[in-house]
Amino acid sequence: MKRDEENPAHPPEKWRKHKRGQAGRPPVIAPGHTNATVTEQIAKIVLRRDTARGWYVGLAISFLGVMLLFASIGWLLLRGIGVWGLNVPVAWGFAIINFVWWVGIGHAGTLISAILLLFRQEWRTSINRFAEAMTLFAVACAGLFPLLHLGRPWLAYWLLPYPNTMALMPQFRSPLVWDVFAVTTYATVSALFWYMGLIPDLATLRDRAKSKPWKVAYGLLAMGWRGAARHWERYERAYLLMAGLATPLVISVHTVVSFDFAVSIVPGWHATIFPPYFVAGAIYSGFAMVMTLAIPLRRFYGLEDFITMRHLQNMAKVILATGMIVVYGYAMELFFAWYSANPYEQGMMQGRLFGPYREAYWTLIACNALAPQLLWFRRVRNSVLTLFVLSLIVNVGMWLERFVIVVTSLSADYLPSSWDTYTGTKWDWSLYLGTIGLFLALLFLFIRFLPMISIFEMRTLIPTGAETPEDEH
Amino acid sequence: MSGGIRQLDLDAIRAELAGTHGADFWRRIQEFVDEPGFQELLRRTFPSQTGRWLEGDRRTFLRLMAGSLAVAGLGACTRQPEEAIVPYASRPEALIPGVPRFFATALPRPTGALGVLVESHMNRPTKIEGNPEHPASLGATDALAQAEILTMYDPDRASPVLRLGQIASWDDLTAALEAMLDRVSHDGGRGLRILSGHLDSPTAIAQRSRLLERLPEAVWHDWEPIDDANVLEGVQAAFGEPLQPVHEFAAARCFLALDGDFLMDDGLAVRNARGFAAARQVEVGADFRPRSYVAEASVGPSGSIADHRVGARPSELEGVLRAVGKALGLAVTAPTLRPRLARFAAAAASDLEAAGERALVTVGRHCHPRLHQLAAAIHQRLGAIGTTVTFVPPIDPRERARARGITALVGALNAGQVDALIVLGGNPVYDAPSDLDFRAAYLKAQLRVHLGLYVDETSQLSTWHVALAHALESWSDTRALDGTASIVQPLIAPLYAGRTTHELLATLMGRHGVGAYDLVRETWRALRPELDDGAFEVFWKTSLHDGVIAGSAFQPVGVRPARLDLGAPPPFANGLEVALRADPNVFDGRYANNAWLQETPRPLTRLVWDNAALISPSTAAALGVESGDVCTLEHEGRSLEAPVWLTPGHPDDVVTLHLGYGHWAFGSVANGVGFDAYRLRTTANLWNLAGVTLRRTEQRYALVTVQEQLSMEGRRPVRTAPLAVFAHEPDNVFPIHGHHDYGDASMYPDYEYPGYSWGMVIDLNSCTGCNACMVACQSENNVPVVGKAEVALGREMHWLRIDRYYEEPVRGEELLVHHQPLLCMHCERAPCEVVCPVAATVHGDEGLNEMVYNRCVGTRYCSNNCPYKVRRFNFYRYADFENETKKLGANPDVTIRSRGVMEKCTYCVQRINHARIEAKLEEREIRDGDVVTACQQVCPTRAITFGDINDPNSAVSRLKARPNDYGLLEELGTKPRTTYLAKLLNPNPELEPGR
Repeated sequence: MKRDEENPAHPPEKWRKHKRGQAGRPPVIAPGHTNATVTEQIAKIVLRRDTARGWYVGLAISFLGVMLLFASIGWLLLRGIGVWGLNVPVAWGFAIINFVWWVGIGHAGTLISAILLLFRQEWRTSINRFAEAMTLFAVACAGLFPLLHLGRPWLAYWLLPYPNTMALMPQFRSPLVWDVFAVTTYATVSALFWYMGLIPDLATLRDRAKSKPWKVAYGLLAMGWRGAARHWERYERAYLLMAGLATPLVISVHTVVSFDFAVSIVPGWHATIFPPYFVAGAIYSGFAMVMTLAIPLRRFYGLEDFITMRHLQNMAKVILATGMIVVYGYAMELFFAWYSANPYEQGMMQGRLFGPYREAYWTLIACNALAPQLLWFRRVRNSVLTLFVLSLIVNVGMWLERFVIVVTSLSADYLPSSWDTYTGTKWDWSLYLGTIGLFLALLFLFIRFLPMISIFEMRTLIPTGAETPEDEH
Repeated sequence: MSGGIRQLDLDAIRAELAGTHGADFWRRIQEFVDEPGFQELLRRTFPSQTGRWLEGDRRTFLRLMAGSLAVAGLGACTRQPEEAIVPYASRPEALIPGVPRFFATALPRPTGALGVLVESHMNRPTKIEGNPEHPASLGATDALAQAEILTMYDPDRASPVLRLGQIASWDDLTAALEAMLDRVSHDGGRGLRILSGHLDSPTAIAQRSRLLERLPEAVWHDWEPIDDANVLEGVQAAFGEPLQPVHEFAAARCFLALDGDFLMDDGLAVRNARGFAAARQVEVGADFRPRSYVAEASVGPSGSIADHRVGARPSELEGVLRAVGKALGLAVTAPTLRPRLARFAAAAASDLEAAGERALVTVGRHCHPRLHQLAAAIHQRLGAIGTTVTFVPPIDPRERARARGITALVGALNAGQVDALIVLGGNPVYDAPSDLDFRAAYLKAQLRVHLGLYVDETSQLSTWHVALAHALESWSDTRALDGTASIVQPLIAPLYAGRTTHELLATLMGRHGVGAYDLVRETWRALRPELDDGAFEVFWKTSLHDGVIAGSAFQPVGVRPARLDLGAPPPFANGLEVALRADPNVFDGRYANNAWLQETPRPLTRLVWDNAALISPSTAAALGVESGDVCTLEHEGRSLEAPVWLTPGHPDDVVTLHLGYGHWAFGSVANGVGFDAYRLRTTANLWNLAGVTLRRTEQRYALVTVQEQLSMEGRRPVRTAPLAVFAHEPDNVFPIHGHHDYGDASMYPDYEYPGYSWGMVIDLNSCTGCNACMVACQSENNVPVVGKAEVALGREMHWLRIDRYYEEPVRGEELLVHHQPLLCMHCERAPCEVVCPVAATVHGDEGLNEMVYNRCVGTRYCSNNCPYKVRRFNFYRYADFENETKKLGANPDVTIRSRGVMEKCTYCVQRINHARIEAKLEEREIRDGDVVTACQQVCPTRAITFGDINDPNSAVSRLKARPNDYGLLEELGTKPRTTYLAKLLNPNPELEPGR
C-alpha cells in the first residue's frame, strides 16, 4: 500500500488538546514526553520479543482459574444446579450475585470511554483502553452466569425472539427478557466501541511490528487504516456516534438489571430506588475495579508517566461520589422500610440488620459506606497503596451488597413457614473464582498483545510545545 | 466289563504310578496299556453310547433320534398355570386404555381395617382412595394408607423364599415344614409354636381354630407392639367382658380426650376425624360449637385442634379423669391436681354435664385400663352409651393382653420347649419388649420360619424367610374395628412371589397349593350357610364390588352398670417421664421403608427422616439441652441415645419417644434412620415410663425440619375470629383488614372466564394437620422423594405442604397451634406468570395457573416471585427413571418431571380434564362435585372444597361467601383462587385468663 503524506501517528491538529499541569493538580501525562516517547513506551510492551517472567506467572495462575471454571461448568452441566446451595425460597444465589457484580464492574469502562469523552474529560484517555477491555471481559464473565444458572442451560436460546415452529416468542413482560436485550446490546456496543478505538493503534503496531506474522495479524485487524485526514475525520465522527450510543447503555443496562429485582414483589427487591441505586453502585464498583487493575499495571509496566496521580485522584473522587449515592440508597432502603409501615418490608430489613446474615450486612456497610469516607482526605487520595487497598475493599463490599440484596430478601419473605437460609457450596465458589480466573487471563493476554493505553489519544495530551520534528519512526 | 478282565480304574493306576519316574514310569504305563481291561477303560471314559450307536442298525439309530428329540422338547417345558390369557384384539370388557378402573378392597391394620378403593391403570394399582361405603373410611384415608402403593412396589421387598439367607423355593419350605410336622404331630403338635399379630381376618381366625384342633398341643401366641389391650382390659373391668368402644363423634356435643390421639392414633381415626369435623361445623349465625378438651402427655393433631388443651404428665392423666368423674358425681377419689389441670377438669366436667348423653370421652390406648374403666363409667353416668359410644365385641374373640402372649413364648423358648416357631408377619426381633431379650430366645427354636414383607431383623435370624404378599396382592378378608368385614382382593399378582398368611397356614394343615382365594371363599361359604350357590355368587360379587360385606358389623352389646372399684389414685411420678408412642408416619416401624412417609413432615414437629426425643423448651432449659443435642436416656438399667427436639406445647418433664425407627436390617430406606425406642420398652411399661434420667452427651445430631419458624412473626397467615363475632357480627370478623377490600390496580387486562373458573376453599377449623393430603398429592402427582440431605438444604418437592404455627398464649397458658395446608393458590394475578421469560407458566382459560414443563428453562424467577413459595424446583433429577417396578406405580396421567424444571400444584388438572371428558360424552356441563382433587378426596375432615366459582351455587362459591373467608396475602393483589376459612375460636369463658 502506498503511504501518502497522511500519517497514522499524526492525528489531526484538532485532536490535540493542550494540557498543562495545573497548579495543585498533577498532570495527566508526565512532563517531557513527546509523540515518539509515548508511542515507543506503549508499543514496546506489545512488540518486545521477550516476555517478562511475571507475565507468564500471572497468566499461568489465572489460567488455572480458567481450568477451574471449565471444571465447575462441567460438573454443573453433568449434575444439575443442585451442586449449588440454592433452595426454595432462595432460588437465586451466587450466579445472580456474580452476574450483577460483573455487569456492574463493566460499567466503569463504558462510562470512562463514552460519557467522559462526551464531557471532554481528557484525563480519561490513559485509562479508557484497558477500562474498556475490562468492561468487555467483565461482561463476558457476567454473561456466563445467566446461562449457567438455568435449570436447563441448553435451552437458553428460548429467551431470544426467533421464528420457530412452536410459534412462541419470549414472554415480554418478564424483566429477564429485557435483561437479554440489555446485556447483549451492551456487550455488542462495548465490543464495537473498544475495537473501533483500537484501529489507529493497531495500524501503529502493524507499522512497527518486526515479524511478518504480527504485521499480517495487526494489518488485518487494522482494516487498512492509513491515518488519512479523511480517515480521521470519519473516525472521529463515528467514535462520537458510538460514544453517544454507549452513553445511554451505561444507564440502561444496570437499570434493566435492577428491574429483575424491582419488578418483583419480593420485599427488599420491590423498590423504586433500585435503578439509580444500581447504576451508581455499578459505576462505583467499576471504578474500584479500574483502580485495582491500574495500580499494579502502571507499576509493573512503568506507566506512571501516563497513568498519573491525577488519574488516581480523579477516580478516587468518582468512587467517593458514587459511593455516597450508594450510601443514600442504603439509607433510603431503611427509610422506606420504616416509613412504609409494611410489615414485610420491616421484617425483611430487620432480618438484614439483625438476622442470620447480619455479618454480611454490616461488613457491607463497613466496606461501602465507611471505608470510602477516607477518600475525603487528600493524603489518602495521594497514597497509591491506600487507594489500592480501598479499591479492593469496595470490590468486596459491592459483592456483599448484591449478596445481601439477593439472599437476605429471598430467605425471609412473606410466609414465615418458608423461611430458610442459603450458603454457597464449593461449586458456587469455584465458579466465581473461575470467572475471576477467566477475567484475569483475558486481561493478561490483552496487555501482552494489544496496547493497553491508547497511543494516538495519548499523543493528543502532549503539550504542543514539547513536540519534536522527528516524533515518528 | 466282562468277568476275567482285571478291574482297572484311573485312580488305581495313578496310585501305582505314584512312586515311579523316568524310564521306569514309562515302562509301567506300557504295562497297563497292554492289559486288556485298559482299552475298556478308555472306551468307558469316553461316552460309552458312542460305541453302542455305531453298533446299532439304522432302525435303532432312528428310534434313538426320535426319542432324543422328544426328550429335548420336554426340557423346555414348565407346566403353565391354567389361566386364560386374552388377546387384546378383542378388548377385555371394561378395560379402556387410559381410563382407570377402581376396585374396592381393604387394608388390614392391627387395630381394625380401612376400606379403600384402588385406582388401577391397565391392571397396575396407582392410587388409593377411601371407600365411601366403608365405615372406617367414609371415603377418606390417612397418610399411611396413601403410602401403601409405594410399599407394594418397593423393590426392597424383592426377596423370594430364603433358607439361611440363601435363595430357596416354596417347595423346599414345604418339605421342611412337612418334616417338622412329622416330628411334632405324633405329640399333638407339642413343640410347634406360632406367633402372629392381631388376627383381624375371619379366614385366619378359622384357620387358627382348625390348626389348634388338629394339633392341640401346638401353642399360638400373639404379639402386636401397638394394640388396644388396655382398652379391652379397662372395659372388661367395668362391664365384665372385653368390649371395644366405638365412638360416634358426629353425634357428640362435647369432647374430652385423655391422651391418645383420636384423630391419628386410633383404629377408627379417619372416621373419628370425619365425625369430629362434622360436629364442629357451624353455619353462619349459629353461636354454638361443641368444645373439645384434650389433656395429653405428648403433642398431636387432636390436641392442636382442641378448644382447650393441657399438657400433663402421663401419671397425672388419671387424676384429671378422676376429677372429671368426681365432678360428675361418680364414686371416685381424685388427687389434688395442679391448679391448671384442676381448672381444666372442672371446665370439661361442666361442659360434659351440659352435653349429657351427647358427651364423648376418649382415652388413649396408652392409658392404664383404670382410665378406660372410668371413661366407660362416665359415659354410662351421662347416658351416652348408645348415642356417642357403643360397645362391640373385639375382632378377635381370643383377644388377650398381648404382652403376655409373647412373654409366654419367650418362657417356652428359654425352657427349650419350642421345636419350631412360625412367625406370621410382624417383626418381633425388632419390636418385642426389650426385657424379654426375644432375640436370644428366638435362636433357641430349631426351625424358625418368618413370613414378612421385608427381609427384616426377624428374617435375618430365621432359618426360613418367606416373602409376604402385600395386601394389594393378596386374597384375604379383614374386619374394621366395628366389625364390618371386607374381602381383600388383589389388584395385581404378587410382584415378588409373596405368599399370604392363609397359604402358609394351609400348608401347615397339609393343604399344599390351595390358594388364598379358595380359602377365603371357603370361610365365607361357611359363614353364610343359608345362601345357596347362586346366592353366594351374588353375595361374593356384591361384597367384592362394595368393599364391605353388608350387615357384617357387630351388633352393639348391651352393658350392665359399670363397676368402679378404682381404689385410691396412684401417686404422681417424680422426675422425668417418657411417653412411648406409635409414630404418626411409620407406625410401629412397619412403614419405615416407605420413603414417602419418611419424607412427610411429622405433624407439629415438622421433622423428616428421623424420630427425636421431644421435650418442652422449659424442660430443655432445666436440663441444659438444645435441639439436636444427643442425650442418653436411662430407665431401669436400659439406656438409649437420642437427639432431643424442643417442641413448644409439649408437657414439661415428659419426653416423647416415637417407636418404629432405628432399624438395622429392614430395607435400604429404613436402615439407620432414627433411633430405636423399643430398647426402653419393657413388658411392665409398654407405654409410659417413670423415673427416667436424661443426660446430655457431647455429640450433636442433625435433625431436619421443613419449617424453622415457630410463630407467625407478627403476620397473620392464619386468621382467627371469636365464634361469637362470627355468629352475631359477621362484618367484623376481620376487624383490621376488612373483607376482600384490596386495590384492584393492575397494568395488565383482566382475564375472562366464560366457562368454568376453578377455585378452592380450605377450612382451617377442620384441618388437623394429619398429612393425608400431602401423601395423597405425592401419590397422585408423582412427586419425587429427595432424601434427608436435600430436605436439609430446603429442596423438598411437596406440592402441598401443611404449615404449622404456634401462637403465643393469649388464653392462660395454652399454646394455640395452627395448621395451614398450602398449595398453589392459582392466583388470578399470579406474580409468577409475569416474570417467566419463556411463558412456561401461564394463565389457563379456566383460571388455573398452568406449568408447562416442556417449556421451562429453569430460571426459578417464578419461585422467587411467588409469595407463597409453593413452587418446587428439580435441582437434580429427583424422579426415579431407572427402577422398573417403581415406574409401575406412577400415575400415567401426570408427567414425570426431569432435572431443571419447576413444578407445582396443578389443582389436579388431570382430574379436571377427566371430568370434562366424562361430561362431554354425556353431553352435559361438569357438575359441582365432579372434580375432586386428590387432597380433597383424601381429607378425613373434608376441610378442602373445590369447584367452579363461576357457579354461585357451587359448594365452593357458597363457602367463599362466608364472612370468615379470606385470601392468604390478598393484600398483595394476587387474588388467590384458593382461600381459607378463618379459624373460629370458641374458648370456655371459665378458662379465660384472669379467672
